[in-house]
Amino acid sequence: MDAHYWNKKIECMTDKARLELQTESLKNTVKRAYAKVPYYRAKFDEMNLKPSDIKSLKDISKLPFITKADLRKAYPFGMFAVPLEDIVEVHTSSGTTGKPVVAGYTLGDIDIWGEVIARALVMVGGSKDDIIQNAYGYGLFTGGFGLHYGARKIGATVIPISAGNTKRQLELMRDFGSTILSCTPSYALYMAEVAEEMGINTKKLNLKVGVFGAEMWTDKMRVEIEKRLHITALDIFGLTEIIGPGVAMECPVKNGLHVFEDHFYPEVISPDTLEPLPDGEKGELVLTTLTREGMPMLRFRTKDLTSLHRGKCECGRTLVRMERITGRSDDMMKIRGVIVFPSQIEKALLELSGVEPYYQIIITRPKHLDELEVKVEASKRIFSDEVKHIEEIRHTMENQIEKTIGLRVKVTLVEPKTLPRSEGKAKRVVDMRNLE
Amino acid sequence: MKVKQISIFLENKKGRLYEALQVLGEANINIRALSIADTAEYGILRLIVSEPDRAKKVLQKVNFVVQENDVIAICVSDQPGGLSHVLNILQQAEMNVEYVYAFVQKKGEKAVVVLRTEKLEPAIKALEKAGIQILKEKEVYCI
Repeated sequence: MDAHYWNKKIECMTDKARLELQTESLKNTVKRAYAKVPYYRAKFDEMNLKPSDIKSLKDISKLPFITKADLRKAYPFGMFAVPLEDIVEVHTSSGTTGKPVVAGYTLGDIDIWGEVIARALVMVGGSKDDIIQNAYGYGLFTGGFGLHYGARKIGATVIPISAGNTKRQLELMRDFGSTILSCTPSYALYMAEVAEEMGINTKKLNLKVGVFGAEMWTDKMRVEIEKRLHITALDIFGLTEIIGPGVAMECPVKNGLHVFEDHFYPEVISPDTLEPLPDGEKGELVLTTLTREGMPMLRFRTKDLTSLHRGKCECGRTLVRMERITGRSDDMMKIRGVIVFPSQIEKALLELSGVEPYYQIIITRPKHLDELEVKVEASKRIFSDEVKHIEEIRHTMENQIEKTIGLRVKVTLVEPKTLPRSEGKAKRVVDMRNLE
Repeated sequence: MKVKQISIFLENKKGRLYEALQVLGEANINIRALSIADTAEYGILRLIVSEPDRAKKVLQKVNFVVQENDVIAICVSDQPGGLSHVLNILQQAEMNVEYVYAFVQKKGEKAVVVLRTEKLEPAIKALEKAGIQILKEKEVYCI
């Protein structure tokens, strides 16, 4: 296959050379994190761990994990390793589940971000001749700016159209001759639908490839997008906590996403024992930034489930490949794009007196739109001989949940002891959307 | 002068009404009157039974949600206009009726009407004043 590289030296590095590079970077990052971030220092001291204990890449397993909860505690700038004056940009996660995660970037970090996106774009065949329609949201969300920096780096023409205004998206796509589309996969599908409604023949568009991410998707969805937009659809992965999009990118071989492991070191652990798993085994992805200046991240638990595969890819790259994300090790749900945890629904319910902590969440997608039903066990205290009173309580529950998660739900009462009880991970969520 | 009624939460599932009634039958508890309020997803089974306290216990034992509350039971003549006469009294007294159900013991004899108003006491007073026969617990349970 005709391979393109933005940084062939790194992307096709030998294992030995890469290991040396990663080891050096890890040691430096750990030293800097300990010296500059009180949060890490406290954690290290608590474990009686010294930065000098990290001598090889394998020693990474001695480091403590960082979770979203840790980042929340450090809100807003507690994880920064440089003075605020050296931070040139901040982004945040959506923050629907509590305080948002704040990511701070130095000029150097912005450069790294542009570098990895540049690699991603060239990997899918992009060059300065391309017109990139960037339909990721611009703003606090990392998607828009991340793609933007990379597109500029390769000298492509960027249309910073951001998300939304679909008709206009399609008009510009047709009139400007966009060749690369970057957005969420579900938005790409929606665009295909609107194109059909507008009578735009997608075959006649110049679009050749899509860089899709920021949500979980499947091969079935890929086939659908490719068929309807007549493009190659490829998966991009990233997260605010690490840098944003550009942690890994799928090449046209479609055999996993290449992790840019000179900047982001991936491990896969068992979410139960927290022990590292061998290559090829599925577990939770843990990422360590090896070069970030503004906000070094040591062993961040992504909660995303994947597996790692080594060996040279058909595209020529030697970078480790991660399997497309297939699930979560926690119970995070995305309903109509909004992040929802079952615990939020539980909290909302338990704030009402008399409501039993037994519930089940049913997600369906009857007409392209997610619907949320919450089954709650009727208890003596919410039961009455009058329908009126029961309905009142049901509505109160619906309102309380809506207040907490920002989504309208339907509460249904069921008989006691009919919902599954918590046994480790209770079957609290039944996802009936056909995402496969 | 109030009578105990038990209400049972029934999920709209096949066989649940049967199961509730079977439990009572096996416990040798007699049903005197019955009504069901149904919504799209659940129903409320309301019963006047021979032994309300024991009925509640046996149902709860098999995980039914049961509630006990007071209702008014009255006797009306089993003839046209019997019930409307009673309701007219309550309306004159501006009493809001939440629900009502009735049963006839033997053809031609008096009918027993179970009434639930928002406030029971003033309703009882209004009915008594109008000379309506209000049934005592024992009278109803042992019909």
